[in-house]
Amino acid sequence: MADKNKRLRKLNITEWLMRWETMLFFILVLIIIINSRISPYFLNYVNIMNTTFNFTEKAIIALPMIFVIICGDIDISVASIIALCSVFMGLASTFGVQTGGLVLIGCLTGIAAGFFNGIIITRLNVPAIAVTIGSMSLFRGIAYVILGDKAFTKYPSSFAFFGQGYLGNSGIPFQLVLFAVLAIFFAIILHRTTLGRKIYAIGNNPIASRFSGIPVANVRLLNFTLTGFCSGIASILLTSRIGSTRPNIAEGWELEVITTVVLGGVAITGGKGNILGVIISIFLLGFLRFGMGLVNVPGKVMSIVSGFLLIIAILLPEFIRNIRERVFLGKEKIRRGYKDETSGV
Amino acid sequence: MNLIKRREFTLLILIIIQILLITLRAPRFFNISNFRDILDDTAILFMVAIGQMLVILTSGIDLSVASSLAFSGMSVALLNQYHPEISVFIILFLSIIIGFILGSFNGLLVAYGNIPPIITTLGTMSIYRGLVFVLSKGTWVSAHEMTDSFRLFPRIHVFGISSLLIISLVVIILFSIFLYYTRTGREIYGVGGNITAAQYVGINLRKIRYLVFALGGGICGLSGFLWVARYASAQSDTAIGFELQTIAACVIGGTSIAGGSGSIMGVVLGALFLGIIKNALPVINVSPFWQMFIQGFIIIVAIIINTVMSQRNQQLILKKREL
Repeated sequence: MADKNKRLRKLNITEWLMRWETMLFFILVLIIIINSRISPYFLNYVNIMNTTFNFTEKAIIALPMIFVIICGDIDISVASIIALCSVFMGLASTFGVQTGGLVLIGCLTGIAAGFFNGIIITRLNVPAIAVTIGSMSLFRGIAYVILGDKAFTKYPSSFAFFGQGYLGNSGIPFQLVLFAVLAIFFAIILHRTTLGRKIYAIGNNPIASRFSGIPVANVRLLNFTLTGFCSGIASILLTSRIGSTRPNIAEGWELEVITTVVLGGVAITGGKGNILGVIISIFLLGFLRFGMGLVNVPGKVMSIVSGFLLIIAILLPEFIRNIRERVFLGKEKIRRGYKDETSGV
Repeated sequence: MNLIKRREFTLLILIIIQILLITLRAPRFFNISNFRDILDDTAILFMVAIGQMLVILTSGIDLSVASSLAFSGMSVALLNQYHPEISVFIILFLSIIIGFILGSFNGLLVAYGNIPPIITTLGTMSIYRGLVFVLSKGTWVSAHEMTDSFRLFPRIHVFGISSLLIISLVVIILFSIFLYYTRTGREIYGVGGNITAAQYVGINLRKIRYLVFALGGGICGLSGFLWVARYASAQSDTAIGFELQTIAACVIGGTSIAGGSGSIMGVVLGALFLGIIKNALPVINVSPFWQMFIQGFIIIVAIIINTVMSQRNQQLILKKREL
């Protein structure tokens, strides 16, 4: 009996070590160590805080994207929603709308764009990928129609706070605080409410979920609207940070957001994943990009790395699962299989 | 089958109306040399859209087509720049091979790595695009660095038809034969139509999934050479955003994004529809910045029409069964 307990505990530790989040965490630590080797200034409080400016906007979109992907959908129009919101804010700003109004316009445009995606996807039963490919072109198209080859650069000075401001004298960027608040909010919804359980259920089996009374279409609609809303927030932060709007703003971000979520252990086929993994993955990718920046890797090469990471992040869990089954569960499986056979199941 | 009810027929009528409307606004649009220009401009889209259609038929999608095209285009342009003695036909062949390899990489990941096509190609889209940059070190290959035989290849005219258009027609015909009259071609439809049934009748799913990406890649490679030669420049962002045009051509042409149905004629007409819009915008004094918006709008409308139509068809089938 004691022997068995010991064996179980050992298994738990190896299980814990083999967990996706644990591995991500160790890779994160490794990246931090390498970065601090490359630059002695990396581990400085002020520097670390300022590094986060480069990825909190993407991180904020990654949160609702977790819901979307767990439900088995995908949204590749997020970067275009950013462009759309930014252009509308810029347009409003030229008409003299003040900071409060701009924030409202940013959020509402995002919500409207996400709702637009969601309503077509859920009411007409069209695959999310098809619709968001279309709206990716449509939303950025609107940005090009309004802006052409020009740019909006006149924003009220108080608007700069969202993307550049710090919380009091603490040196913590406002963006990061906002992200933390949203992350807690999304974590509570996903892991502590019935809505969260419904999201997992839909991802695992949408038809069974529908038959057990879950409003599948409405939950998915909510996911897309939330994604639009968070893209709107990201757009406010980004526009405020760089202080200008061009139609090609945030181009290619959809890839990075999806990479972050998938690397965080959310199964692209739906039904699996958690917030913690994605949060670690956000910092991992953020610091990795920063580290590559330290050694002067060009942006195009970074996108090669992002692309490979996305593919590896999906290949690896499958690979690990295979090994794990062979090493740890091989014997168990044989015994269980035998038992099943004798009990006639 | 009833001719009038077919998608291709509706699309043809739409294209005729489209041409008439544009001619009303700008009469100079309506002349033979302009139509020839439109066909030459759209020739590459015809081909790549067919490659895209193969993938969509198996209920996948290929976002990496534009990047594959740019990569093979850049490779052969650099080859031509540094080894001008190499024959243009060898270059043509090489570009197909390079595209085929890039497509095969996608295909292997999808078929044997079990990664969904959208994710695979989203990743390789940026990998291939980044590799173009690495390969060229960020520089361009421009017209004066290319040999005449390379640069003028798409402009050779046979009986008044450009070689670009001839190659495109050959691709259209070859793939029509392949899709409609070979076993493998029918299996492609089978995989997209009903994957479980396809498995039960013994279709090799992995082979088909790999094949559509590899063939699509081959077409991209061929198009890469033609693109670079026709526009006489190879850059890091050659054909950027072109993948959306190919997807648009497919959905306008009635290819179901869920897989299993679509015709080459439809896709060609869909591409032509887009090509005419692109060509007409400057003629009717609309800023080219509208193009992306119009394209996105058409994609969404076409998807909605496709879905509503197929749902109605299913209801009709159900009704027939009740009788």
